[in-house]
Amino acid sequence: MAITLDVNGKPLTVEAAEDTPLLWVLRDELGLTGTKYGCGIAQCGACTVLADGAPIRSCLTPVAAIGSAKITTIEGLGGDHPLQQAWVQLDVPQCGYCQSGQIMSAVALLEQSPRPTDDEIDGAMAGNICRCGAYQRIHAAIKVASGQTPASTPQHDL
Amino acid sequence: MNALFPRRSTPSGQGLSRRQLIVTATTVGGALMVGCSPATLLSVGADGEVGAFGPFVKIAADGAVTVVCKHIEFGQGNHAGLCAIVAEELDADWTRVAWEHAPANASLYANGAMGAQLTGGSSAINNSWDQLRKAGAGARAMFVQAAATRWDVPADEIAVENGVVSHAASGRTADFRELLPDAAKITPPAEPALKDPARFTLIGTDRVRRKDSLAKSTGQTRFTMDVQAENLLVAMVAHPPRFGARVASFDATAAKAVPGVVEVYEIPTGVAVVANNTWAAKQGRDALTVTWDESKAETRSSPDIAARFRDLAAGAAPLAKGEEWQGFETKGDVAAQPTGQALEVAYDFPYLAHATMEPMNCVAQVAGNRARLTFASQGPTLDQLNVAKVVLNLPGSVEIETLPAGGSFGRRANFQSDFVVECVQIARKVGKNRPVKLVWTREDDMAAGYFRPLVHHRVRVTTDADGYPAAWTHRIVTQSIMKGAPVGGGVDETAVEGAKGSPYLAATPHVDAQLLTPDIGVPVLWWRSVGATHTAYVMEHTIDQLARRAGQDPVAYRRALYEKADAKRHLAVLDLAVEKSGWAEPAPDGWTRGVAVHECFGSVVAQVAEVKMENGEPKVGRVVTAIDCGTAISPDQIAAQMEGGTCYGLSAALYGEVTLTEGRVDQTNFDTYRVLRHGEAPKVETYIVAQPAGTRPTGVGEPGTPVIGPAVANALLALTGEAITAQPFVKV
Repeated sequence: MAITLDVNGKPLTVEAAEDTPLLWVLRDELGLTGTKYGCGIAQCGACTVLADGAPIRSCLTPVAAIGSAKITTIEGLGGDHPLQQAWVQLDVPQCGYCQSGQIMSAVALLEQSPRPTDDEIDGAMAGNICRCGAYQRIHAAIKVASGQTPASTPQHDL
Repeated sequence: MNALFPRRSTPSGQGLSRRQLIVTATTVGGALMVGCSPATLLSVGADGEVGAFGPFVKIAADGAVTVVCKHIEFGQGNHAGLCAIVAEELDADWTRVAWEHAPANASLYANGAMGAQLTGGSSAINNSWDQLRKAGAGARAMFVQAAATRWDVPADEIAVENGVVSHAASGRTADFRELLPDAAKITPPAEPALKDPARFTLIGTDRVRRKDSLAKSTGQTRFTMDVQAENLLVAMVAHPPRFGARVASFDATAAKAVPGVVEVYEIPTGVAVVANNTWAAKQGRDALTVTWDESKAETRSSPDIAARFRDLAAGAAPLAKGEEWQGFETKGDVAAQPTGQALEVAYDFPYLAHATMEPMNCVAQVAGNRARLTFASQGPTLDQLNVAKVVLNLPGSVEIETLPAGGSFGRRANFQSDFVVECVQIARKVGKNRPVKLVWTREDDMAAGYFRPLVHHRVRVTTDADGYPAAWTHRIVTQSIMKGAPVGGGVDETAVEGAKGSPYLAATPHVDAQLLTPDIGVPVLWWRSVGATHTAYVMEHTIDQLARRAGQDPVAYRRALYEKADAKRHLAVLDLAVEKSGWAEPAPDGWTRGVAVHECFGSVVAQVAEVKMENGEPKVGRVVTAIDCGTAISPDQIAAQMEGGTCYGLSAALYGEVTLTEGRVDQTNFDTYRVLRHGEAPKVETYIVAQPAGTRPTGVGEPGTPVIGPAVANALLALTGEAITAQPFVKV
């Protein structure tokens, strides 16, 4: 069936079965491949996108359930979001596969709590697995992006 | 993963003999040619075109430098180090240095430690050091000569700095862009003069950082999963529920009725559903009815396998046909030593999944006997050889474009190229050069095997009057990773490394250490740090138990043994970790410290971990890490690897376990295969042992992984008085 979604501020119409998870609509139909498949059962967080600002696991969310919610994916952040800047500044990514989901969860966290505590960060990020183990830098980058600590590493040549 | 082929005898040795290489290539490829050098054999049909600056350096018309990396990037940040080696010798502007993966071509891009194009054994920087220094220096010499000729001045009066070539006396300057047309015509010197390492300005500085962080923080990095193409088909495969089972029959009626499903094929590894998109492929695959022939399947349960390993190590079970103990370190006469007061400990380690964030996948297109692959190839040479056998062509004809991988930890390099061959089998059925993307779900990936083997160790140590080891008996029982390898025979080094060569055995007068490798029908593979995943634990936790019996501080006890063994690098990292951790002072309130030290992949790592019990589980806080990895090219990425490696090792020690029930893998996804999560990650501090300029760099991708397990166990031993003889510490 034809479904119209609001993705990154644009109305987009796709043909998809209504039980298709949003993840596969974003990736296969809309070409927004920044959102990743990791587990398919909402355990790893790689597929995290925002629905009206709240983090959802797109791998388990049927596209028909989205309705008029405004979807934001990693591509919708624009590239110079304070979290993305901090991610680059601290060289957070290793393999990088989980990082879109990590950043989207962090965006939602900062919306809720602009200066999150360590415990708040641990709690909000607990659903996002990173097998490379970049957790320490993810944590530090959230602190930097929320203005709580200066970036301790030298300026990154870009 | 570890050395694919037998280990080099010297840190910078030349690896395999020519004969071994030929045997390797022909055996893997299926005896394609006789009397042909491996480089020729492997490159038949390959595009060998190389630019003016050689296979590793490209310089564009605008002067931008691209370093061609023969090693895959799957998180280790090796591209930063590889680029820095070239940029240092070339005196390039670091901000204008980019990188790309090399194509599959073993004659140009073989790993010097292995004779095949393959990333593993934490060898990327080490085996590229001389090669890329020379590549950078050669290109620099070409620019210098071009300037000297153009300006009619002596070449030795020309300087290059930050991408600018200059002649001080005449005040002339030119950048790479301006000199490129002339420089590209110059024949590079066969042996270009290398920089005096004391004059390095980039290597070892904090400027050597990753070049892919922006792309990876904006969703722009193209992984295999993200490959899109005109006419692309997506495939999923129904695999047998047990290792060694095959398709008996199947009914595809329901699968074919799923909208978007294009075709269903039987392939050697199962039944493949090919569809127009991923969701249709999955629904189609789930709608298949397959009957399996399990007559040759492995049906044992992992507790039974572990029990037999324990009995074998204890001498309580007879050896089966073909099983044979192999000595890997023997000296003195253990049997003649007094047996009183022995410490006897047995350790159990489970199967482990790599569980990369990006499950295995591949994109292949086949037309006749031509195959082109786009995916994260960790071992392009192996993949070429295995694919060539499927499409009945020469290995060099198989084109591979390597993409970055969403993690590997060893999984993507195996002698069978399992998921790669599966994709090619499907693409061959589809034919017509139509691209097919094979996607494995997390469940497919978790059940597919190629696990870190299940391992059992049994150790018996008698001590002298001062409490130091006098006689050390060691038995290891595990599946052989190298079984089925194209070269080998003898002791599987990947099963014993770290016990073999341990400074503690060097300091022990009488040693009897043996390995037994029973056959089990579960595919096994290297897993980040390979043998060290278990040997480091056994050696380091045993040493703490011995220190405790001797009434000694674990650091002082280790120092005494390292002095006996003349293990200077171990002493240096231990001293640095002890100093930075404040070992001499009490741990912070509520925390207990543990220490461990291990050498692997040419590097030595010491860690002091602060541990406490929280909600019935160990909680690891500060982890002070000291590493000797030779010349530190990118201190930031070395720290990143210590942070990540520690998480990977801690995840396994605390939670990692794959079990089998009657041959079926019990774990299916991250709900049943627990891995380390955000709030469980330690805070790792990394300190690098300073080295004389020019010291050869050694591995960093794996050495950070195996030390945390024993460091945490040793802290818990100090806290509770109890040794921990099985991993994982926390049962799901």
